[in-house]
Amino acid sequence: MSFLLEPLQYSFMLRGLAAAVLAGVICAVVGTYVVLRGMAFFGDALAHTILPGVAAGYLISGGAREPLFWWALGTSVAASLGIGAISRRGRVKEDTAIGIVFAGMFALGIALISTVRSYAVDLSHFLFGDVLGVSLQSLAWMAAFGAAVILVVALFYKEFLAVSFDPVLAQTLRLPVTLFNNLMLVLIAVTVAVAMQTVGVALMVAMLVTPAATASLLTRRLLPMMALAAALAALSGVVGLYASYYLGIASGAAIVLTATLLFLLAFLFAPRGGLLWKRPRA
Amino acid sequence: MSPHVSHLPDQPILNLAGVSLRYDGHTALEDVTFHLHAGERVAVVGPNGAGKSTLFKIVAGVLRPTEGEVTVYGSGPGGHVCIGYVPQRSQVDWRFPVSVADVVMMGRIAKLGLFNWPKKRDWDLVHAALETVGMAGLANRQINELSGGQQQRMFIARALAQEAELMLMDEPLTGLDTPAQESLLALLDDLQRRGVTLMVATHDLEQARLHFDRILLLNRRLIAFGAPEQVLQAGNLTRAYGSRKILMDECCQGE
Repeated sequence: MSFLLEPLQYSFMLRGLAAAVLAGVICAVVGTYVVLRGMAFFGDALAHTILPGVAAGYLISGGAREPLFWWALGTSVAASLGIGAISRRGRVKEDTAIGIVFAGMFALGIALISTVRSYAVDLSHFLFGDVLGVSLQSLAWMAAFGAAVILVVALFYKEFLAVSFDPVLAQTLRLPVTLFNNLMLVLIAVTVAVAMQTVGVALMVAMLVTPAATASLLTRRLLPMMALAAALAALSGVVGLYASYYLGIASGAAIVLTATLLFLLAFLFAPRGGLLWKRPRA
Repeated sequence: MSPHVSHLPDQPILNLAGVSLRYDGHTALEDVTFHLHAGERVAVVGPNGAGKSTLFKIVAGVLRPTEGEVTVYGSGPGGHVCIGYVPQRSQVDWRFPVSVADVVMMGRIAKLGLFNWPKKRDWDLVHAALETVGMAGLANRQINELSGGQQQRMFIARALAQEAELMLMDEPLTGLDTPAQESLLALLDDLQRRGVTLMVATHDLEQARLHFDRILLLNRRLIAFGAPEQVLQAGNLTRAYGSRKILMDECCQGE
């Protein structure tokens, strides 16, 4: 019991747990669409693309952490719509275009941060997260924007389902398909900003796809998949932070490793289609 | 804003006038003109790349023609939700986590409108549609557990739940075994009795001849449109397929 309670006497640990669960749940719900629509590369690219925005905010605000959420949010939404526009009408193939933008922006971010003396520590916080450094103020904004994301998903649930499963049907039903696709990009962008301080830009894609992918192995309906992904992500956040506390490993990495372990377990032992239950074909 | 456009009863259910679609210097459809009467059953035949899928997407209002005009009951297709599109099975992600009933319910989305969840009447319509296609017992199945014929009938049920008056089916018979083809053809009879207008793409000329009121022969241009015996003449077929294909078809009939 004291094993579980001991870390909770530190307020940074309590804030960290709240942030990890919050970010995990929102990433998992939005990540369900990322997985089903095959947008993992987009999500990874988008997370990396916000680095120059965060770096610029960091330089301008003289190292203060509070404004960074807004810088992340602004860059993320702008980048998501920009990448969306490039991939719709480009003369370069979609994944190539995303790759170019993402690597270029990421390099710009690193270049900006490298002008600061304490560059290594700051950079690692942006790349891999600093969940134990989350302030109460940041936590409040994370909760507010996270709730907004979940609300939008709930309000447009059936429209997002149709647009994701069968875009031609969505068009024959005269749904504004482009609008919903852009709204989905904005949801992913807001999610990336909300989760940035928890796992950092480099590990973001794991929060978006791993819990949802694990859930997809265990259930075959959309709503249960979202709920299960959220539960797995919350569990990963809590277990990861305890592991980080007791083993002294980086918190973002510990959360992602826990989520990966859960995926491996499901991959091996899922009741239907788990690797261990499959007989080798003759 | 309502997507439901009123229907003028004296207008043909579908009218195309001089419809062309060009992109990147390529012509997918050229000057296609025809009209359909409500309740008839038309096969759309032509070689691969003849523009059958393009034609369907234009009729569905998914693609916009570069020239010409499409009207449904007298107004542009953009506002109509009475057009049901049954996709080719190869274009569907069968691992998507939805049940048969979930897919059929998607047909109700336009009628439900934003922010509304399905009500009892919508579930009743979904179950009635599944009943019509003979799949009432499969409502809770995961879609990847269905056979090819069942997959096709699920999408027809979705178009029924949509209350579609014009159904566009892109190669629904392709890849089905004979019993599945026959049960699908029987279902098409049933749809016709309900007054649904059917436009069905197929590459099987024999099926087109036996089971459809009219045949639309397409190879980017409209080659011929009329009763099967009028359309399936050597001259028309040569214009659509070139001479080699006709010789092959004749040599292999009754295979």
